[in-house]
Amino acid sequence: MRLAITGLQVSFGDRRVVDVDELHVGEAEIVGLAGESGSGKSMTTLAVLGLAHTVGATVRGSITLDGTELTGLSQRTLREVRGRRIAAIFQSPATAFSPVFKVGSVVHRALRLHGMGKDEAVEAASRAMRQVLLSPGLLDRYPSQLSGGQLQRVAIAIALALRAEVLLADEPTSALDVTVQAEVLELLRELRDRAGMSVLFISHDLAVVAELCDRVAIMRDGRIVEQGPAARVLSAPADAYTADLLAAVPVIRAEDRP
Amino acid sequence: MIEAPAPLPAQDSTVPRGAVLRRGIRANPLLVAGAAGSALILLVALLAPLLAPFPGDAGTATHPLLVLRPPSAQHWFGTDNVGRDVCSRVLYGARISPLIAVIVLLIATVLGIPLGVMAGYFGGWLDEVIMRVTDIFLAFPPLLLALAFAAVLPTSLTTVIIAIAITWWPWYTRLIRGQAASVAGRPYIEACRALGISRWRILVRHILPNSITPLLVQISFDVGGVILTASALSFLGLGAQDPTPDWGLMVAEGQGYFTTAWWVVTFPGLAILFTAFTFNLFGDGLRDLLDPKRTFL
Amino acid sequence: MIVYAARRIALAVLVIAGVLVLTFVIARVVPGDPAATWAGPHASAAQVAAARKFLGLDRPPAVQLLSYLGGVLAGNWGVSVHTHQPVLSDIGTAAPASLELVTAALILAVLVGVPLGLVAARWPDGLLDHSIRAGAILGVSMPVFWMALILQLVFSQRLHLLPAAGEFSPGLLFTHPLARHTGADVVDALITGNWPMFGSTLTHLVLPAIVVAAYPCGLIARIVRAQVLDTIGETHVQMARALGFRERSVYGRFAMKLAWNPVAATLALVFGYSLVNTFLVEAVFDWPGLGSYAAASIAALDTPATLGVTLFIALVYVVANLVVDIVQAAIDPRIRLR
Repeated sequence: MRLAITGLQVSFGDRRVVDVDELHVGEAEIVGLAGESGSGKSMTTLAVLGLAHTVGATVRGSITLDGTELTGLSQRTLREVRGRRIAAIFQSPATAFSPVFKVGSVVHRALRLHGMGKDEAVEAASRAMRQVLLSPGLLDRYPSQLSGGQLQRVAIAIALALRAEVLLADEPTSALDVTVQAEVLELLRELRDRAGMSVLFISHDLAVVAELCDRVAIMRDGRIVEQGPAARVLSAPADAYTADLLAAVPVIRAEDRP
Repeated sequence: MIEAPAPLPAQDSTVPRGAVLRRGIRANPLLVAGAAGSALILLVALLAPLLAPFPGDAGTATHPLLVLRPPSAQHWFGTDNVGRDVCSRVLYGARISPLIAVIVLLIATVLGIPLGVMAGYFGGWLDEVIMRVTDIFLAFPPLLLALAFAAVLPTSLTTVIIAIAITWWPWYTRLIRGQAASVAGRPYIEACRALGISRWRILVRHILPNSITPLLVQISFDVGGVILTASALSFLGLGAQDPTPDWGLMVAEGQGYFTTAWWVVTFPGLAILFTAFTFNLFGDGLRDLLDPKRTFL
Repeated sequence: MIVYAARRIALAVLVIAGVLVLTFVIARVVPGDPAATWAGPHASAAQVAAARKFLGLDRPPAVQLLSYLGGVLAGNWGVSVHTHQPVLSDIGTAAPASLELVTAALILAVLVGVPLGLVAARWPDGLLDHSIRAGAILGVSMPVFWMALILQLVFSQRLHLLPAAGEFSPGLLFTHPLARHTGADVVDALITGNWPMFGSTLTHLVLPAIVVAAYPCGLIARIVRAQVLDTIGETHVQMARALGFRERSVYGRFAMKLAWNPVAATLALVFGYSLVNTFLVEAVFDWPGLGSYAAASIAALDTPATLGVTLFIALVYVVANLVVDIVQAAIDPRIRLR
C-alpha cells in the first residue's frame, strides 16, 4: 500500500472534522473519496500534506507513505515530500496559479526546488507538458491566458515532471465543463496506467467518481461510512447514506426524454 | 479552497447588527481604545473652561513675570514666551481641531455625496465630467492645494477650513461614485427599474444608503488627516493667529525657544499626535468591524 | 502595453492642462485688486486703469488664461518677490535637494515598512503584529513638523549623535569642496568620489529622512500586511505550499509579489505627499530645498513663488503617478490585459 491513512483525526479545537479509521491507496490505483460538500474531504488532503496547521487545525493519527510515517515529521522533511512524492491539484485551476507569475515560472521553480538543475528543469517541464498534451510554449503565458482545463493539466504536468508517487486530486474537475472534464479524467487514468501513480480523487460528484475510480470511500461528517470496489459500492450500497446519495444523482432515463 | 469553519458570507459592506456587532466590538481592542481616546478629546474640548487652571491664558492674558517657566506643580506644562500656561492653552486647543475637522468633513460630504452618487448611478457624460474634475483636484498632493489656497487668502481659521474642504471633497466624490457604480450594477436595481420605480427614487432609497458605509470608515480616518493638515497650515502661519490657542500655531511660536524651553513645543505637538492617533485607531477598528471578510467566531 | 501607456499619457496631459487652469484660478483668487495694489494707494482712477492695462488684467479672462498658459509652457513662471529671481530658476536650484530627501525617505520607508508588514502578516494577532500595527498608525498620525523638532532636540542637541542642520559640515567646503553635477549632494559626492563629503552628507540626511519617512513607512507596513493577509488564504498560496516551498518563500515571494502593486501605487501617492511634507521639515533642518523656499515664500506673501512651487509639485506628482501606473501594468499583466 502506497498511501495508508489510519485513525486520522483532524480537529478545530474541540470540533472534529475528520475521523477516518482506515483509508488506503495502492500503487496504480484511483481511489475516490466522495461525499457532500463540507464533509471533511478537503481537510483530509491538507492533513496528508501536513498543511492542516495552516488553517488552524490539529492532526492526530497515522499517515504512511510507502511505510514511512508522515505525521510527526518536521516541516523541513515534509517539504521534501510535498510536491516531489505527494502532489496535489486543486479545485479551481484558475486560482491555483498566481495571476502575476507566468505559469512556467511556477513550474520551473518547483522543479528546481526539488533538486533539478536549470536546464534539467526546463527539459523536464517541456517533456511533462507534452505528456499532458499541451504545447510547452504555453508555459510562457499567464494563467489568465489559459483555460481551466489547460491549467489543470499544467498542474498535473508538475506532478509528472517530479515523478510523484501519489496525487491528491481535490475536486479537480468540479470547476470545469463536461467536455474538458472528460479530458482531465482521461489524463488521470493515464497517470495510473502509465506512471503507476496512486490517485486519491476527491469529489462530491458521484457520477464522475463512478466513471473514474477503482475503489470508492464514502465520507459523511468526517467519517467513512462505506468503502470498497467502485462497482460494488455504487450499484449495491451497504450503507443507507450511500444509498441516499446515489438516489440524489439525477439520471436521465430514456423514457423521460420528451 | 479550504477555509476555517464557515466565515460570514462575503458581501459588500453592510453594517452588522445585534449580537454580531457586540461580539465584534469586544473582539476589537483597537476600536475600543480609539473610541475611548476620541471621546476623551471631545470631552476635554467641551469642558475646557472647567478643566483649565488658567482659562484667561487661552485668550489675551499675558504674564510678563512668568515667562518660559519649566513644568511645575502650578503650571503642569510650563509657560510660554509671554507667560501663559501651556496646559490651559493645550486644553482649549482641543476645541479648535475637532471643530475644523467636523466642518471640513461636513462640507466634503455635502458636496461629495450628491456628486458621487449621481456620477456613479447615471454614468455617461455626467460621470466623465465629474471624474475629470476630481482628477484635476486629485492631481495635487493633499496638503499642497490647501496650502496654495491658504497662501493667497487672508490668514484665519476660516481660510484653513475652506482651503482644506476644497482639497477633501474630490476624494469623497470618488469614493462614493465607485461604491454607487457597483451598487447600480446589481441585478436588484434593474429589477427596481423594471417595476417602474423612477430613477430618482432608486437613487435616494437604494443607491444612496448602500454606498455610504465605506464613507463612514473613511471619515473616521480623515478626522486625523484633517487635524494634521490643519495643524500644518497653522504651523506655517496660514491659519489662526495669536492669541488663539491653536496647537500648530503654538508649536510654531515655540520654535524659537525650543532648545532651552522644550515644553512650549512638546506638549501642543503631543496633543496633535494623540488626537490624530486616537481617531486613526478608531477608524482602523471601525474598518475591521465593518469588513465582511473578518470572522468574529 | 503600448496602447495602455499611450492612453495613460493622454489622460495625464489632460490632467496637467486642468492643473494649469486651476493654478491660474488660484492666482486670481487673491483678494483685492492687483492693479490697485500695483498702482499704489494714492493712484488716481486713470493710473489704476493704466496699471490694469499694463498688467494685462483688462483682457477677457480667457485671453489672460491663454497668455498664462503660454508663459508657463515657455518657461516664464514669474519672478519671485523675495529672491527677485525667476521662479523657475529658483525651483531648479532648490528642487534637487528636496528630491534627494524624499527619495532617501521613500527608500528608507520601503526597507523598513515591507519587512515589518510581512512579519505582521506572518504571525497575525500576536504581540508583534499588534505592536507593528500600533507603530504604523503612530507613523501616519505624526505631525511632521513636530517630529522634526523633537528628533533634532533629542539626537542632535542632547545626545550629540547626529548633526542638527544643513546638508553637510560647512568646514568641508574648504577642505573638500563639492563639485555640483546633479544638485543632489549625496549623489554628487558619490560620483566624484569625495568620501569625506559623502559621509557628511549622509549623516546630515539621516534625521530629515527619518522624519519624512515616518508616514510612508506606516502606510506601507499596513498595506503590505493587509495585502499579504488577503492573499495568504488564496489557493495559489496553498498550492505553493503543496509544492514544497518553505514558508519564507511562500510569504516573501508568492504572497508578496501581489503586494508590490499596491505598494508601488502607494509610493506614487506618497511621493507627492512627502514632497509637500518637506515644507514642514526643511526649515527645521536648514535643508536648502523646495520646502525651505516654499516656507520662505509663504512667510513673505510671495504669491508667484508659492504658486510656482505648487505647480511644480503638482506636475511632478502627475508624472510620478503616470510612471507608477505604467510600471504597475508592466509588473501585473492583469491591468493591461483587461
